[in-house]
Amino acid sequence: MGASRRLAILGAGDVGRSVADLASEYGHEVVALADSTTATVDPNGIDVAAALDRKLGGDEIGADDPTVVFETDYDVLVEATPTTLGDADPGFTHAKRALETDHHVVLANKGPVAERYGELRELEADSAGSIRFEATVGGAIPILSTIEDSTPQAVTAVRGVLNGTANFILTRMAAEGLDYEHVLAEAQDLGVAEADPTFDVDGTDAALKFVILANVLADGGFSLEDATVEGIQNVPGSALDLAAEDGRTIRLIGEATRDGVRVGPRLVPENGALAVTGTRNIVQIETRNAGSLHSSGRGAGGPETATAVLSDVGRLPPL
Amino acid sequence: MGNEPIGGSDSDRDAAAKSESDATAKTTADADAGADVEPQTEAETETGTETETDGGVRPYTVRLELVDEPGELLRALSPISDNGGNLLSIHHERGNITPRGHIPVEVDLECPPERFDDIVEGLRDAGVNVIQAGAERYGEEISIVFVGHLVENDLSETLSRIESEAEAAVIDLSLAAPDGTDATASARLRLAVDSGRTDAALESIRSIGADKDLTIVEPLLGGEA
Ligand SMILES: NC(=O)c1ccc[n+]([C@@H]2O[C@H](COP(=O)([O-])OP(=O)(O)OC[C@H]3O[C@@H](n4cnc5c(N)ncnc54)[C@H](OP(=O)(O)O)[C@@H]3O)[C@@H](O)[C@H]2O)c1
Repeated sequence: MGASRRLAILGAGDVGRSVADLASEYGHEVVALADSTTATVDPNGIDVAAALDRKLGGDEIGADDPTVVFETDYDVLVEATPTTLGDADPGFTHAKRALETDHHVVLANKGPVAERYGELRELEADSAGSIRFEATVGGAIPILSTIEDSTPQAVTAVRGVLNGTANFILTRMAAEGLDYEHVLAEAQDLGVAEADPTFDVDGTDAALKFVILANVLADGGFSLEDATVEGIQNVPGSALDLAAEDGRTIRLIGEATRDGVRVGPRLVPENGALAVTGTRNIVQIETRNAGSLHSSGRGAGGPETATAVLSDVGRLPPL
Repeated sequence: MGNEPIGGSDSDRDAAAKSESDATAKTTADADAGADVEPQTEAETETGTETETDGGVRPYTVRLELVDEPGELLRALSPISDNGGNLLSIHHERGNITPRGHIPVEVDLECPPERFDDIVEGLRDAGVNVIQAGAERYGEEISIVFVGHLVENDLSETLSRIESEAEAAVIDLSLAAPDGTDATASARLRLAVDSGRTDAALESIRSIGADKDLTIVEPLLGGEA
């Protein structure tokens, strides 16, 4: 992997903590880690284990104000604060601040790249720093780097399953003949679905990822409001039964092209590549010259997403 | 399903054309749903008839809708021979009525490929409703699942609108209403659509669904799903 980088991590949730935890494995140093209230900062590298213990023990992460992070000497800002819609803050402002001071930014936060892609690219153009955001689409699965390697111009469409919660629910409904509400409750018990699963089941989360993909293919121009989005809440067990009679099943499928973004429940062949089961994710990258490529794997989780963040860090150009 | 050959020779029809006219469409739920669903043979098999036959003629299947009146059949079919076509068989399903209240008739014929469009045009000029004409016309088959208060929202009207507005032929329908027909039910439709018109058909179907407050689960087209 490339040169050692000094990371400033904003957000100490599943993703931020995992990035801090795994950074040294990838040869990088963590110089700052912040949550919504405090930060710990050390230009010679923070004591990650101690900071994580404090955070997990319910104590303050450090003695500093989170904004101190920006005054530290760092190379790469890792943005892992909550995804928000519309103005995409605080993530957008964090990324802006880092770019304006000629730092790199690696995002796990989907908001800024889905909602304000064009502005972010303009800030990048005026900065010595670059942005990367592999972690925002499909967790551990290398999707954006695959598109980058094939060159975005040669990719005509990206389709697939990018929400593990919705996929889990549809898989269980089909396998057990159970109703949506029943399976959702089970998913919550298992920790697969969050207490408020709205964005997972109504398609918003998947739509953000496909909007990001459309932005990459078309070099910007899309935000969530341009996407046609439908969730899985209205799909009853009987619909899955009928699909199965015909050798098909139903999955929450997204599609991104240069012309637009669509997410909704779709019929797919039961044994086809896109009918992944459980929380697994998959995308099919349709290329102009090389047919379709499929990548599948774990689309979420702290260490999984951190892996994508750290791979991005390794791909950054020298500052 | 009895085909009555009424002239012409079977000799140069290939196996695909035969098996196609034997294929029986299944209509699983029209009775419960109170819907008149048109059974229709699979359009897909018609691509098998696309190979050139010896005399430069090819077999074609044309589906028509006829008003149930004496003499209608003969009147309907005269444009076929008038335009150089050779009638191979007619399958007249008296028991079935299309959503528009007509009788579906399936006609197998053969003709030189360059005359086929004239035949279809001749039929249309004669006032016959041609709902499917050869593989070029209805080239694609798609499955769709509808969810909602299907029966309450007049399933048979939904189907007629699909046939007229989306220009799709309903091949078969399966209904699943585990909680009774006045609760939310699901229906799976297989539709035959002109090749190249699938996107447009799906778009009309989406707007029919929106009108009738139905959730539509579309097939994923494109790519190797
Ligand atoms: N989890 C995944 O599998 C996954 C996968 C792909 C992408 N992502 C994205 O990655 C981001 C992080 O995900 P997560 O699961 O780690 O979320 P999370 O568990 O909700 O953690 C968010 C963290 O951000 C902190 N935070 C909030 N506002 C902040 C601010 N103004 N300054 C600094 N820190 C702030 C929170 O602080 P407190 O601890 O004080 O509340 C919390 O530590 C999200 O945008 C998510 O959409 C997650």
